[in-house]
Amino acid sequence: MEITPHWRLKKQRYNLVGETCPHCGVKLFPPRDICPECGQEAKNLYNFSGKGEVYSYTTVYDPPAGYEEYTPYTVALVKLEEGPLVTAQLTDVGQTPVEIGTPVEMVTRKLRQDGDERGLLIYGYKFRPVLERQLAQ
Amino acid sequence: MTEVVIAGIGQTPVGEHWNLSLRELTLMAIEAVQQDSVGLQPQALFVGNMLAARLSRQAHLGTLVADFAGLTGIEAVTIEAAGASGGAALRAGFTSVLSGQADVAMVVGIEKFTDQIGTSVEESLGTLSDSDYEAAQGLTSAAQAALLMRRYMHEFDAPREAFGGFPLTAHANGVGNPNAMFRKAIKAELYNRAGMVSEPLNMFDVAPNADGAAALILTRPELLPPEFPHPLVRISGSSIVTDTLALHDRPDPLSFHAARLSVERACKQAGITPQQIDLFELWDSYSIYAALSLEAAGYAVRGQGWQLARNGRISLGGELPVSTMGGLKARGNPGGASGVYQVVEAVLQLRGQAGNNQITGAKRAMVQCLGGPASTAATHVLETVS
Repeated sequence: MEITPHWRLKKQRYNLVGETCPHCGVKLFPPRDICPECGQEAKNLYNFSGKGEVYSYTTVYDPPAGYEEYTPYTVALVKLEEGPLVTAQLTDVGQTPVEIGTPVEMVTRKLRQDGDERGLLIYGYKFRPVLERQLAQ
Repeated sequence: MTEVVIAGIGQTPVGEHWNLSLRELTLMAIEAVQQDSVGLQPQALFVGNMLAARLSRQAHLGTLVADFAGLTGIEAVTIEAAGASGGAALRAGFTSVLSGQADVAMVVGIEKFTDQIGTSVEESLGTLSDSDYEAAQGLTSAAQAALLMRRYMHEFDAPREAFGGFPLTAHANGVGNPNAMFRKAIKAELYNRAGMVSEPLNMFDVAPNADGAAALILTRPELLPPEFPHPLVRISGSSIVTDTLALHDRPDPLSFHAARLSVERACKQAGITPQQIDLFELWDSYSIYAALSLEAAGYAVRGQGWQLARNGRISLGGELPVSTMGGLKARGNPGGASGVYQVVEAVLQLRGQAGNNQITGAKRAMVQCLGGPASTAATHVLETVS
């Protein structure tokens, strides 16, 4: 059973906590401590808004172990409004056709169950399409 | 300048070898390379492998392979760089012989996929990506290629049917390779109605995971016995370059930056331009990767790599033959062994031993293998010794 790797990632998985570079201002998710833009230390925490749009998407029919119960599921590259791309599943899609450019927002969902019925439930971010009535506001 | 030559090649058929273990399959390739190199004895062994620790519950392959092949006592280690493991092992062997640390080095690529079936295989493959931020989201290698392919089609108006040129070329070439997993040509109609793996990627856009082992013997030409039986092939350029591990960490995901730099550095070392090669063994694990690799190497401008797959331009008789013995798609993709298979096949071409697939007068080949979406790129330039 894995516990600590998931516990260490809780800020990222539950709140999209990344980093911002104090030297050049770039926003980083996932956090990576050394700024890829200017090469300097970038450890200032930054809370991403969770808003973005679909950069690309596809469907997984042959899942890795642990993801069988969700199959088929949609995975996407989401372009966050602060700049970074993030790999994430799309959820709550319903009948909405997903397209490149579809506005999405971060939600917290179960990612997988670790091991058997006594295993850890691992939660984390997924993204769902923003409702039209929300977009109008 | 010191030269390093490939004095021996060996390979097993690629396929589903249910009856052969990791060590037995590896030994077959080693016996083949020992026969081909007329008994040159290696002082160092570099084993390219990516997933045996998970798929066969076996790590420590340097020692396992040396031990099982009767080479106990020599230097031996495993080299892992995901799909680029074979090319990385070759580079380790090359630098070892070039530096004089070893006079003869053996490079072995091995992957044994069929010890596992079902979802554990995809789970294992996920460990080659960013485990915390890619695999944790249920992303598979094929799905990642599909993400790239969809965005590519969106940005460059590339029709999905155009990608069929890559597997059609590979399958046509696989017919002439006795070690290929698939030895049957396919038609465009079959590609166009194939089932989807992850839209827009269909089953012919994905090279099959398979078992296989391939091996090389490297040495310096002055160490060869007199009347050595084969035409000599030397390694004139060698380069490994890394990019971000995760695809989402790149400013431009549609550019295989490491692949581009690796080609530039290998060609610079060889003193050539990419236009001066006779064949290119590229990494066609997915059709979109073939297109992006052609762009990275400078054979097509950004967004136009798919055009090369049309009108026979990359076929055996075309302007830039690729995947000449079937590529990953038709020969099969034994992971960490694939990079070594590519070199074995390029050597066959340069020796003039490629049978029906022979590129007439082939003197120089470029070989490139990729780990993940070109998170690692290993490129080698091989030339006949005149």
